[in-house]
Amino acid sequence: MSAVAGSFPGGLVLNGQKKRSTQTPIRKTPLSKKLILPLQQHIGAASVPIVNVGDKVLKGQKIAKADGHVSVYLHAPSSGTISAIDEQPIPHPSGLSALCITIETDGLDTWIEHQPIADYTQLSEHDIRQHVREAGIVGLGGAGFPSFIKLNPGVHHHVETLIINGVECEPYITCDDMLMRERADGILDGIEIIRFALRVKNCVIAIESNKPEAISVMTLALAARPHLTDTEIMVVPTRYPAGSEKQLIQVVTGKQVPSHGLPIDIGIVCHNVGTAYAIGRAIIHGEPLISRIVTVTGTDVKHAGNFETLFGTPMHELLAFCETSREPNAPFILGGPMMGYNLSGDNLPVTKTANCILVGVDNAAPVEKPLPCIRCGECATACPVSLLPQQLYWYARDKDLEKTRQYNLFDCIECGCCSYVCPSKIPLVHYFRFAKTETMNQELEAIKSDNARIRHENRLARLELEQQEKEERQRQRKLALAASQAAKEKQEKAAQSSADETES
Amino acid sequence: MFTAIIAITVMALIFGLLLGFASLRFKVEGDPIADQIDKLLPQTQCGQCSFAGCRPYAEAIAAGEADINRCPPGGEATIQALAELLEVEPKPLDEECGVEKPKTLAVIDEDRCIGCTLCIQACPVDAILGAAKHMHTVIASECTGCELCLPPCPVDCIDMVETKQNPNTWRWPDPDHVDLQLGDRA
Repeated sequence: MSAVAGSFPGGLVLNGQKKRSTQTPIRKTPLSKKLILPLQQHIGAASVPIVNVGDKVLKGQKIAKADGHVSVYLHAPSSGTISAIDEQPIPHPSGLSALCITIETDGLDTWIEHQPIADYTQLSEHDIRQHVREAGIVGLGGAGFPSFIKLNPGVHHHVETLIINGVECEPYITCDDMLMRERADGILDGIEIIRFALRVKNCVIAIESNKPEAISVMTLALAARPHLTDTEIMVVPTRYPAGSEKQLIQVVTGKQVPSHGLPIDIGIVCHNVGTAYAIGRAIIHGEPLISRIVTVTGTDVKHAGNFETLFGTPMHELLAFCETSREPNAPFILGGPMMGYNLSGDNLPVTKTANCILVGVDNAAPVEKPLPCIRCGECATACPVSLLPQQLYWYARDKDLEKTRQYNLFDCIECGCCSYVCPSKIPLVHYFRFAKTETMNQELEAIKSDNARIRHENRLARLELEQQEKEERQRQRKLALAASQAAKEKQEKAAQSSADETES
Repeated sequence: MFTAIIAITVMALIFGLLLGFASLRFKVEGDPIADQIDKLLPQTQCGQCSFAGCRPYAEAIAAGEADINRCPPGGEATIQALAELLEVEPKPLDEECGVEKPKTLAVIDEDRCIGCTLCIQACPVDAILGAAKHMHTVIASECTGCELCLPPCPVDCIDMVETKQNPNTWRWPDPDHVDLQLGDRA
């Protein structure tokens, strides 16, 4: 175990509320009759279906392929028949629908033949990445970035440190905690593969100090693998948002990821413990990513806990399994209380990024109308990225997007610390999300209108060219006609004169 | 006295030449105002402003021959941006030109299309694909929704459909205009 090397500014010490969901071991959610699988459960391009309605599929069979580079494969979480490929509501703050593949399960749960790799050290790094991509693995911490990309340091970078993120700093969420307690060996399998693929020597497994059970289990499991050298467990002080990638890097290494930069720029790669476990399962056991551990907790949940849930399982079934006292159609939170968002319906599928379903928070204050900003500056003190939330708030309200960008809006990690400490209860992060999506939309519009302008100009140029060519052709034809007429006349004249000559 | 006058004259001459040279040598290629205006227009090329496209309208505004409120697709946002650029008072959209409508996209009913190519010739951004006596189709990502393809179609097989929002283009609502719920605090 080693000591932390740095810290980040701001942050909050929050009441964890994690006991409620750590009293029982991880349980399996019963198989649902219907599994709804959105084609986009990751950052990047949506997958493309490779099955048709009516097809029979087996558990673990590929049902959609990656489209482009930043994309992954999607698999059938259980055996059954494809009953629809259409738009279904997805868990998203917008409440909108997106293309989904629906599987009617047959209850047999028949696996496709597993293709485990006996000795991954015989594979090239490229092959490992390809396997991880085909297993549909994305970052399970919540963002859902395709993991195979983070197994590729690229030619210009050298990875010095691999950080395995077991911090889980959001209150209430415990899926990573329980995974470390129960499946430490599986996580270490994955870590060995990641280290091999990245050719990295140093590895730090960061765990927050409020998880003593996970720390001791992981320490024991690590001690049982003497060949796993230069790997250590680091206990990180409990302070939100230590589990956010850039903040964790600051804590573990003391280095800061540059603005607009990536961890790889300073020789660091970060993977979540859940992702490491999934990579281990995919390579060593040949199992694609078809389920994840979801924390179901909150004041209104009777049997809170962690549930290994197949993707596509409707949330209302999971909630019914846990018995909640939630009013029908009452909103609940997907994710933690700090960074999660409200979902209005419950007929939404569990996806790769659904780490927690939170129904009812402790000491929930009634939502009040925000009061005017009193310029106390608490938000700036709490901000872990050293931004000026107050300034950003004024500019976002004013819709002065250029100014929000100058104040580094896009470095905001939306952790919610500023909103949490605001005495006027101003929903600051909401303003920042609003300004971010507005800016991105405007950029998109600008690109579109630029394209339209270029296409229009090209068209005008083309039409002009065509016109010129037409005129040129007409001129040529006229010339040719004139020439041939002249030649004819000349001939006639010559014939005439020769006739005259013979006559005379 | 005489030397002073000569000295001042010579100095004035030298500095004058220096300034003249600098103004030529370091001349900044300014963004002509018509270009800046053109950049703010939505580039639908729809002609609702009564000019033959966005560029001619921009040039007319720059020359002071057209008002800034003649662009229905751009709507209020464009008028606002133009007013800011030209430092004039924004005014409401000229109803003569049309009304601000939600964004639309042309869709060809491929069963009814007879392949006459008239819409292809009408499209200002070459967003329709097809050949004579072959079915045509709209390249959705390039269509600006200008509706110029509608009048020439002899079989009326083109529909304008509202562009649907998807989760990737969705925008968080302005918090000033929504009622917040529990959980929206963060």
